[in-house]
Amino acid sequence: MEKDEKSSQVFACKGERCKEMLEKLSEYIDGELDPKLCEDLEKHMADCNPCLIFVNTLKKTISLFKYASAEPLPKEVHLRLHDYLKKKCQGC
Amino acid sequence: MFDLSDPILLEKIKTGDYKAFEALVTRYESKVYRLAIRMLRNQQDAEDALQETFLQVHRGLSGFEGRSAFSTWLFRLATNVCLMKIRHRGTEPSKLLPLEDYLPRHEEGEVPQMVDWTIRPEEALLSKESREKMMEALEKIPPEYRAVFILRDMEGFSNAETGESLGISVAAVKSRLHRARLALRGLLSDYFEMEEGTKRLGSGMED
Repeated sequence: MEKDEKSSQVFACKGERCKEMLEKLSEYIDGELDPKLCEDLEKHMADCNPCLIFVNTLKKTISLFKYASAEPLPKEVHLRLHDYLKKKCQGC
Repeated sequence: MFDLSDPILLEKIKTGDYKAFEALVTRYESKVYRLAIRMLRNQQDAEDALQETFLQVHRGLSGFEGRSAFSTWLFRLATNVCLMKIRHRGTEPSKLLPLEDYLPRHEEGEVPQMVDWTIRPEEALLSKESREKMMEALEKIPPEYRAVFILRDMEGFSNAETGESLGISVAAVKSRLHRARLALRGLLSDYFEMEEGTKRLGSGMED
């Protein structure tokens, strides 16, 4: 039972300080955050598991979307595009 | 022809070389189509947007002065075509994305809970259903935020390139990007948490 609870990884968020931190997260993830604030944020995350999870899930969301859809251009769409443009543009 | 740089192809097109225009279309058509599919989530609309964009490119080339990269100008046209299509649908989500909606919820008398779904295997996170949910989530956020997220995080544009493509400042790019990311994280978390709950319920019932 104890093991089950641990593996489900559910944590509670503590409050206002977290909100302040969360507003800076994109800058943190993109490496654009001022070093002092960066240090504060990392210190906060070491003590606040929900914020750490929030950062991890935010980073993962961004990376998942990179692979979420990479639809190739269908051959027939390519052919129709070139036909369409030829009709509309050639000779004008 | 396919080895020539964009500026050289553009010069040739301006002298009436249609083959140069075809080479330029071939170079960028996949990227424009991908942007349109992600923005519009409908193949027919994406194809229409693709055709409309390159028609506008051909018609507008004489006015393109090369102050920004051709690709930036092209994506600006493509994004505008997509945004116009969404406006015509009349079903776009509201333009505001209040930050508070996507921060951990603090319900009265209760501490909010966070589930760390990142520990799940990559195959589960990128399953066919998950990918479908991701595209649904993308469709739920306002198109102006969606465009920033697609260009910046999915296509890998810089903040400056994204801003130039959309005609907005870098500060606006950052602000919209942050809200889009938080919204998508929230929507994806709702899905993964619900899935985990269903799974737990399922295993509980087996016991």
